[in-house]
Amino acid sequence: MPFQSNTPPGPLAEKWTRYRGTMNLVAPNNKRRIEVIVVGTGLAGAAAAATLGELGYKVKAFTFHDSPRRAHSIAAQGGINAAKNYQNDGDSVYRLFYDTIKGGDYRSREANVHRLAEVSRNIIDQAVAQGVPFAREYGGLLANRSFGGVQVSRTFYARGQTGQQLLLGAYQSLSRQISKGSVKMYNRHEMLDVVIQDGKARGIIARNLLTGELERHAAHCVVLASGGYGNVFYLSTNAMNSNGTAAWRAVRRGAYMANPCFTQIHPTCIPQSGEYQSKLTLMSESLRNDGRVWVPKKQEDAQAIREGRKTGNDIPEADRDYYLERRYPAFGNLVPRDVASRAAKVACDEGLGVAPTGLAVFLDFESAIMRYGQAEANTKGISNPSDAKIKELGEKVVEEKYGNLFEMYEKITGENPYQTPMKIYPAVHYTMGGLWVDYNLETNIPGLFATGEANFSDHGANRLGASALMQGLADGYFVLPYTIGQFLSQEIRTPKIDPNSPEFEQTEKDVENRLNQLMNIKGNQSVESFHRRLGKIMWEYCGMSRNADGLKKARKMIQELREEFYKDVFIPGDAKDYNPELEKAHRVADFFELGELMVVDALDRQESCGGHFREEYQTEEGEALRDDENYAYVSAWEYTGWDEDPKLHKEELVFENVELKTRSYK
Amino acid sequence: MKLTLKIWRQKSANAKGKFETYTVEATPHMSFLEMLDVLNEDLISKKEEPVAFEHDCREGICGTCSMVINGEPHGPMQGTTTCQLHMRHFKDGDTIVIEPFRASAFPVIKDLVVTRDSFDRIIQAGGYISINTGQAQDGNAIPIEKETAASAFDAAACIGCGACVAACPNASAMLFVSAKVAHLGRLPQGEVEAKRRAQAMVKQMDEEGFGMCSNITACEAECPKGISVENIAKLNREYLSSALGSETTV
Repeated sequence: MPFQSNTPPGPLAEKWTRYRGTMNLVAPNNKRRIEVIVVGTGLAGAAAAATLGELGYKVKAFTFHDSPRRAHSIAAQGGINAAKNYQNDGDSVYRLFYDTIKGGDYRSREANVHRLAEVSRNIIDQAVAQGVPFAREYGGLLANRSFGGVQVSRTFYARGQTGQQLLLGAYQSLSRQISKGSVKMYNRHEMLDVVIQDGKARGIIARNLLTGELERHAAHCVVLASGGYGNVFYLSTNAMNSNGTAAWRAVRRGAYMANPCFTQIHPTCIPQSGEYQSKLTLMSESLRNDGRVWVPKKQEDAQAIREGRKTGNDIPEADRDYYLERRYPAFGNLVPRDVASRAAKVACDEGLGVAPTGLAVFLDFESAIMRYGQAEANTKGISNPSDAKIKELGEKVVEEKYGNLFEMYEKITGENPYQTPMKIYPAVHYTMGGLWVDYNLETNIPGLFATGEANFSDHGANRLGASALMQGLADGYFVLPYTIGQFLSQEIRTPKIDPNSPEFEQTEKDVENRLNQLMNIKGNQSVESFHRRLGKIMWEYCGMSRNADGLKKARKMIQELREEFYKDVFIPGDAKDYNPELEKAHRVADFFELGELMVVDALDRQESCGGHFREEYQTEEGEALRDDENYAYVSAWEYTGWDEDPKLHKEELVFENVELKTRSYK
Repeated sequence: MKLTLKIWRQKSANAKGKFETYTVEATPHMSFLEMLDVLNEDLISKKEEPVAFEHDCREGICGTCSMVINGEPHGPMQGTTTCQLHMRHFKDGDTIVIEPFRASAFPVIKDLVVTRDSFDRIIQAGGYISINTGQAQDGNAIPIEKETAASAFDAAACIGCGACVAACPNASAMLFVSAKVAHLGRLPQGEVEAKRRAQAMVKQMDEEGFGMCSNITACEAECPKGISVENIAKLNREYLSSALGSETTV
């Protein structure tokens, strides 16, 4: 099987342009007969399906949602990065590239990341042209804000709903192609397997979620834009239905899974309040532009807050520890996510947590409100304003910037964050790991592509804020539609793929057997209860910090839980019917296998980098200790069978343009 | 807190539905959907069929939830989707009536689950700006007044849930359609094809079987995203002027 990055030659900054200029093309008359399947309609999928349709390919797009507009990209809040340098603050393509490589703790591929930084600029232009209502300055030009891990202002945003607006832009472009007939849309269809013929991906088996019928869909190639697998942890900021099944089924057919243990734990989420809780809610990183993170210096103050005898407001300034500002003066509250999350864990481990569970820190807007209020008073010519007036003016400014987030916080917690500091705690948010892909975004199975969060390619061991939207759209609009031609140009003589071939028949039978197996267990425990237990194991042993003993224990626990699941899960209803419990059961079954692989990967990587923090490998100050000599590789795991150890393939990372340094945000 | 739930149960699209009564133990911190999760866990443990309801992001942005709570789409709190509604707004001992969004253009699939494909088809009819990938000029080439961008955003905030249709006695989709027409029409990029867009979307809306708008404004009151009925006035203007100046008859 091919396993090389296929990075084109030439100087870093020219690779993509040169490559694009010399790539094989598919003539319009051939595009009309070539079929492409796109699974998933989030940013990466909708953008790819729309663009491929515009180019003239025959596209079939699939989503398990009732509409493409529901994909979880919709929930991204803060923004999207682009190296536009509109602020004239020294930004450039190289700087975005460098920040992303560094932010990812030197575990991503240089050429991919540089390409991402290059096309970031086109994304903004494209989105503006589609009517995405980005925030504007009074002069009518686009506004920017800052995100973690960078010292320039390059994040474009549409209030706290940037993902929604970008997804609607892509959805509308997709809708236009659907109306033209170049894209055929299959709502409420879940991909349950990929069909391989003569070593190439030639179609999928999808379950019509309304009827439960299995359907065969054939095409010349398949694109997986099915998102990440953060829901392995049960509690995460992912949508309830986000899952890893499409990607995992590809792995079961031979695709490699890369860096599965690289999980992003987002530092600012609303803390868990009870056992019944089904998901966690993110508070956008943009809040760290203006919010200051702190815990009480004294344990007795923290305890008093936990017991409700004191509130954050009762703690005098001198008794607060703004620990991010103290530990990382250069970046302060805007350190990258992995660093901020671990620092919160350290504070809570020291008994300084401020929620009844002991698991929360404060995110405080008091100083921002006063600062903005003073500036407003100056602008408005109000002399000697009272504190109350300044606060009132400042609250208005903060409301304009973050109003919907503050409102969401109040709805969930019942507390008013204008008056008392927010309580936040880290939660699983994103998976940097994903299907291994080469420079063309093609997996090791020819004709099988992966884009967006479903692939591993650009974020290394930690993703910077506002870069997920950038990568999804870069892949979907500006990379895949070109690189797919490298494969398809070799397929112009291939006739229409026949869905009645033995491979399709066999794969459909495999899926049917799997569903029947699940239905026939007829045990006593709900799918949800198993998922919750798996999540607890993953969070405890493969979450914010990991160690060899814990990981070994976790692997065994997952295997035992999986066994119990296959003996005792109960799924009501029928397989040949609308059956949300069966959908969930299939996804959870795959999460067991994926979760185990994450643990195996975390155990193999005997270093700390980005979101992967191994307790055994840290500096005296408690910072991540990377091992570039032995671990500067991408772990690409091959599935070898039920109860077999997966096989590790290493893609050595070559750094020709950046020097590997200890990541410092001090 | 102990609650009595009267929930619409309907086996399939063509089956006859009816209300069933359940009791559930909840806490004030739970979200409404978490309360239903607890009920479903209980039903599954008794090997009964759980209540089918749709949900996904549980952050109030995907627009998937589709239930009417005590007669109001998304329940009693203003500007709040069902998933963001918390039990602290109910009292111990309350009886809560839960049914699906009801409109002939939103047929029931099962229990509280409806199909809203009609909304997709309305967008497909013209709810976009006709531009291909790669054709765009620099993002700053067209300055847009801050207020204009903000008002386009206000309309663009629609999550496509369909509460407006469920709230309307005529099951009209005018708020949904007008929000998209206003979002795109207010921006210079979208103004070019504003008339054609308004015509095409209204035509599709009529074909889908949504009712007429008679200015009741229940849609605005129930919209979880605060989309204003002013958009409807704007759509009417756009539609009328486009109809007068075009070859298509209204």
